[in-house]
Amino acid sequence: MSSNGLSRRRFFGLAGAGTAGVLAAGATGGVIGRATAEETTPTAAAAATDAVPFSGAHQAGIVTPAQDRLHFVAFDVTTDDRAELVEMLRAWTAAARRMTAGQDAGEVGAVEGGQYDVPDDTGEALGLPASGLTLTVGFGPTLFETADGVDRFGLAARRPEPLAELPGFPGDAIDPAISGGDLCVQACANDPQVAVHAVRNLVRLGAGVVSVRWSQLGFGRTSSTSSAQATPRNLFGFKDGTDNLKAEAPKALDQFVWVADGDPGADWLAGGSYVVTRRIRMRIEPWDTATLAEQEATIGRTKKAGAPLGQHGEFDPVDFTKQVDGEFAVPETSHVFLAHPSNSGTAILRRGYSFVDGSDGLGRLDAGLFFIAYQRDPGTGFVQVQKNLRMDAMNEYIQHTSSAVFACPPGITSDDDWWGRALFS
Amino acid sequence: MKKPKPVRERLSVVGLTGLTALTLAACGGGDASSTSSDAAADDIAVAATDDACDVASSDLQAGVHQFTVTNTGSKVTEFYVYADGDRVMGEVENIAPGVARELRVELPAGDYETACKPGMVGDGIRTALTVTGEAATLDQDATLAQAGTDYQRYVQSQTGALVEQTTAFTEAVKAGDVEGAKALFPVARTYWERIEPVAESFGDLDPIIDGREGDQAEGEDFTGFHRIEQALWETGDVSDMGPYADQLLGNVQEIATRSDAVELSPLQLANGAKGLLDEIATGKITGEEDRYSHTDLWDFAANLEGSEAAVQALRPYLEEADPELVGEIDDRFAATEAELEQHRAGDGWQSYDQLTDDQLRGLSDSITALTESVSQVASVVAGK
Repeated sequence: MSSNGLSRRRFFGLAGAGTAGVLAAGATGGVIGRATAEETTPTAAAAATDAVPFSGAHQAGIVTPAQDRLHFVAFDVTTDDRAELVEMLRAWTAAARRMTAGQDAGEVGAVEGGQYDVPDDTGEALGLPASGLTLTVGFGPTLFETADGVDRFGLAARRPEPLAELPGFPGDAIDPAISGGDLCVQACANDPQVAVHAVRNLVRLGAGVVSVRWSQLGFGRTSSTSSAQATPRNLFGFKDGTDNLKAEAPKALDQFVWVADGDPGADWLAGGSYVVTRRIRMRIEPWDTATLAEQEATIGRTKKAGAPLGQHGEFDPVDFTKQVDGEFAVPETSHVFLAHPSNSGTAILRRGYSFVDGSDGLGRLDAGLFFIAYQRDPGTGFVQVQKNLRMDAMNEYIQHTSSAVFACPPGITSDDDWWGRALFS
Repeated sequence: MKKPKPVRERLSVVGLTGLTALTLAACGGGDASSTSSDAAADDIAVAATDDACDVASSDLQAGVHQFTVTNTGSKVTEFYVYADGDRVMGEVENIAPGVARELRVELPAGDYETACKPGMVGDGIRTALTVTGEAATLDQDATLAQAGTDYQRYVQSQTGALVEQTTAFTEAVKAGDVEGAKALFPVARTYWERIEPVAESFGDLDPIIDGREGDQAEGEDFTGFHRIEQALWETGDVSDMGPYADQLLGNVQEIATRSDAVELSPLQLANGAKGLLDEIATGKITGEEDRYSHTDLWDFAANLEGSEAAVQALRPYLEEADPELVGEIDDRFAATEAELEQHRAGDGWQSYDQLTDDQLRGLSDSITALTESVSQVASVVAGK
């Protein structure tokens, strides 16, 4: 009554073979999720209300310790005029610079203009602190060339090869209406109103140039991206992101997250990253009626401590060879087993959020996890991990309903810099 | 289908195999092909027609009995012996008109019902059956151990019909009989869907028998029931389906042989009963399972019957351990069946695409409630 044809021995063999060029087998344990001797302080806001610096070598909102709330938005560019697009990106950058500092979107402000002026800020964030707001922008494959091959902005030749639509995966139920996009903005903050305010004002600035394709709210972070943070729980009730790539491990970030000189598109993308988003519906009713043993065997960790099965503490190393009562403690169909860097042969920086989007019309909550992952190359990042999850026991309880990929340019480094300058120059 | 995963067993049911051999309770053959080491004391004739089910005897002594069911009606029928709560003591499926088949079953003292199901639908034509004599009382361990044997008997009765109906289905496909194949598709799947917890445990076969389009890994072909379903309903052209039909039948025969040998532990039974309801909630309520034929309600009914069979196998134990839960489960199975019954169409079910949002909501709500109750069985069984 067991056996699905995947032998553990075979898996270890594969992991060893599949790591070529991506990861030296065995090296992961020291690199991922562990502070190294080169430990650096993450660009964290000291308090939840403080501002996160807007400029830097990398965009904020990637290794920034994950804030509690998310508003993610994807846009279609509705103009064919390159100059209009550039102008909007400049305006967005200026507004983002102000809003992340806790200021109004426009130079005048929500209530400082004349009685017959239309306010240049919508006002709902008046009186609220910066709340750790970060705004992170990305460019989708269709910005460079539309699905039917039109090069609207003279960018086709500059599309890096890894920036391509993701392949389909078994079990996908992707809704095109909430997938893809020419541009994206990830707004994260510790106050949901601050995140929504930022997106709303960028949408408004983009009128005539972009229109909202889809947007997603997230009410609670499901990953920690800094070892200074406690690991949150996702809607399965399990700690998520224990072994995530963390801000304190810069070597791993260089290896797995940041686009480097020599990589495709490095002329404009070096210091940037690729973001993959997947809206993952959780089938919470079957999950909630599953026994604790079934839940833990599905995840591969204990529910209480988040310890790898067979271990005691959350941060005890995962040991896939450990046996309990003659059986492997961590089942080979568990999510941790299949997704762990030592078996997937790679690593990604996860930054997902829980969502509840009302109900599904069948008397059930439409709930899940809006998965966000940053990586140096989607092919050797998310795609490689996801391909390895075909036999994941967790697939019983989830369904991917949206998919998108964007290239996020490097950070803003000077006062006259703007999002995408290197791409459009 | 579900994503392949091994059935897990965290508890060891002590002495399960040994107790099974010693127990006095029912362990009769599931269908005519099964054999029992116990000699049948008699041969009770059952005359089955489209509107009658005459059983030659209504009072029996405890022990092994053989029923010979002769179908003189015009519809395919089934014959069951039910204990309290419709726990199946023995059954013969798929008795074609003009055919006689035998059922051998061991019956301890107690009150039973026999039932014929002409057209293989509904509650059937019921007759009371009283068995007297030495009452077999089992202690709890033995009762629990018996559950696996009882369920195995159920599985064996289903696999026989699965192979027969899949044979008929694939023959129709190969003969180019599109209408015939369309009619047989949901019938063959009924026997598959009833025993999914067992069939799915064979992770190598389940995906190639029951995988849906898009579930395949890179380089894998889309095969099985749903590949043929797509051809039947999308194009109506099955001229190139011969190899898929042959492969499907071969795999179904293989899985039937393997399933017959499987005896589930009580905890696996409990999880299987819930797993079947999860199948309904995630695949059938959403119309994803049979996306071309829209015969999802056939699969819905079969999953529901299979879940109930698994629960009923545990029933003698549950009635001792948690009678209140048994009552709640009975009520909720009945409520779900009533909800489903509104959508009966002839000998089958309404097409999924004819259901309104409100009707789907009603089905969904009843399954959600039932799942909550059935999910409690695992802890009652594990509490042993």
